[in-house]
Amino acid sequence: MSSSATTKKNYKIQKPIKHKNGKNKLGKNKLGKNKLGRQKNTYRAPNFDKNIRTLITPEGIDLRLRLADTGTRIGAFLIDLILMIIALILLLLITGKIFIEDDREIASIILILGAFLLRNFYFMFFEMGGKGATLGKRLLKIRVASRNGGHLTANAVFARNALREVEFFLPLGLVFSLSGDINGWINLMALVWSLIFLFFPLFNKDKLRAGDLIAGTWVVNAPRLRLSKDLSATPTVSDGHSKYRFSAKQIDAYGVRELHVLENILRMKKSKSIAEVSARIITKIQWKDGHMLKDNEVEQRAFLNAYYAALRGSLEAKLLFGVRRKDKFDRR
Amino acid sequence: MSSSSLKSHKFRLDREDGWKRLEFLLKRVESRSLKSLTDEDLIALPTLYRATLSSLSVARATSLDQDVTLYLESLTTRAYFAIYGNKSSMFERIGYFFSHSWPRAVQSLTKETLAALIITVLGALIAYSLVTSNSDWYFSFIPEGLAGDRSPASTYEELRKTLYSGGDSDSLSVFATYLFSHNSRVAILAFALGFAFAVPSVVLLLYNGFTLGAFIAIFVDKGLGYELGGWLSIHGTTEIFAIVLAGSAGMKIGWSVAFPGERSRMDAVSSATSQSAAVLGGVIIMLFCAGLLEGFGRQLIVNDEARYAIGFVALTLWLLYFYLPRPDEDAQNIWDEIS
Repeated sequence: MSSSATTKKNYKIQKPIKHKNGKNKLGKNKLGKNKLGRQKNTYRAPNFDKNIRTLITPEGIDLRLRLADTGTRIGAFLIDLILMIIALILLLLITGKIFIEDDREIASIILILGAFLLRNFYFMFFEMGGKGATLGKRLLKIRVASRNGGHLTANAVFARNALREVEFFLPLGLVFSLSGDINGWINLMALVWSLIFLFFPLFNKDKLRAGDLIAGTWVVNAPRLRLSKDLSATPTVSDGHSKYRFSAKQIDAYGVRELHVLENILRMKKSKSIAEVSARIITKIQWKDGHMLKDNEVEQRAFLNAYYAALRGSLEAKLLFGVRRKDKFDRR
Repeated sequence: MSSSSLKSHKFRLDREDGWKRLEFLLKRVESRSLKSLTDEDLIALPTLYRATLSSLSVARATSLDQDVTLYLESLTTRAYFAIYGNKSSMFERIGYFFSHSWPRAVQSLTKETLAALIITVLGALIAYSLVTSNSDWYFSFIPEGLAGDRSPASTYEELRKTLYSGGDSDSLSVFATYLFSHNSRVAILAFALGFAFAVPSVVLLLYNGFTLGAFIAIFVDKGLGYELGGWLSIHGTTEIFAIVLAGSAGMKIGWSVAFPGERSRMDAVSSATSQSAAVLGGVIIMLFCAGLLEGFGRQLIVNDEARYAIGFVALTLWLLYFYLPRPDEDAQNIWDEIS
């Protein structure tokens, strides 16, 4: 946020090239429209992560959306494809049964209509629902959203999926329906055609599929996170805070970035990394009783927890005065 | 310093219940709909959403508990989509589509529709004059499979038979379903390929016109023009109209790609697309009707006048439905925002 933006000025740059880029882009685009025509209520976050997009809610809070990885999207599409094929096989089995029991007409109608509906409306039906995602997308925790931050309209969903016909089913149909020497060239062209669309998301910074581009949508991550326990309030800390007391200098060794790494490690519950990290912190802050913690995971964890709580307390206190100490190199 | 005295921890303890309640409500909204909430929950939802939003901005500014901030980010985003996402139910949307979105979208494409119609007629005229002057042209326009018994070499009797014999009446409905699914794909293509500066849409329209013109030419040649008119018009008024509309939707998108006007190209394309997508959705429905008329109506009704009458009535109904003037433009815009 803004505080991190101000930090940049006095902060010694670790990766100068990247920083330069970010600054240029910010300077050029400011808050308004940019090249891809996103409307006024979204803009590129002043952030190093190029996959984060910011959406301003009507209440004036900026929500950060993370664009879905191309790999995740392909995965979701494959899952949907497999589900559609399974549904088609079920449909064939059912209609086959009716067919044998001598009502050929109804069987054929169900088959043709069913295949048509499945192919054209599977995606639309699910994306028009409240989750804005097909089953494959739900499984991989991504969803479709409107690029301008407004409603995901039925029209947009319709358009982005009508384009799927051109992007995927048309070349596929060509490849299957044509064979023989004369059509070799047509096959090749179909292949090139589908490849252009296949790689389209790789060549624009918003990872838009042609359908997204046309319909004004994009695909973003929609994680459903759970709230875990607050590490600063675990029993080991409350009981043992007197046991581990840190001097101001010791607490001052790290910044926010290290705090978050420490938090992740404490939540991961891997005894090996707990041992490694506690050893490193002990050296860094010159903790005197370090040898007592050796090979004792419970104690190491208690030590790390206590240090986490102390560090967070100190950094948060600074935060209240408007200083966000980015990481251990940030000397303020 | 006691750990539980961290301000950010106290902040979390104070507000956690609200977050959890919002999460619980969201789970229900997402898996079913807003309607599954009780009145009390429905009133609580926006309040909880705003409270959580404010928690988020406080947490960003004061808390370094990554777990809490990430959780709040994900929760508020979900709530945002649930609250500002789809408001109306599926049925309301469908009803509104028929009463407003579709006819209005068609109206907004009047210019393109006229252009598409002219292109189709032009294609038909070209093919007609070429085939009349030299019947060899016929096979350049009509693929072998579609031609069947209809070729310039066919006799009067053979051609006449193709107009009136319904064929195997058992397979009528299969035929209708097949036609529907085939034509719909052509329509979706005419729309979806439009972004390439409308060229593919125009080509598809021209090609459609060619087929039409070539057919007319060989029938007129044998003096079956009036009969062919009946055969075509019973379903053709709906089907050709639908293809013309699909083509015009594609042309609209292509036009906005080529000439975005004052807006950015992406903006222009998105808004052109959302209009023409509604048209295309309607086209699929029209093609369904055309498939029924073609599969059943044309094969069962062999009287020329009746065929003409049905075709004419269908056309009149479509025209009235689409082009009758409709009031309140503003209300329309508001609804488009919502739906």
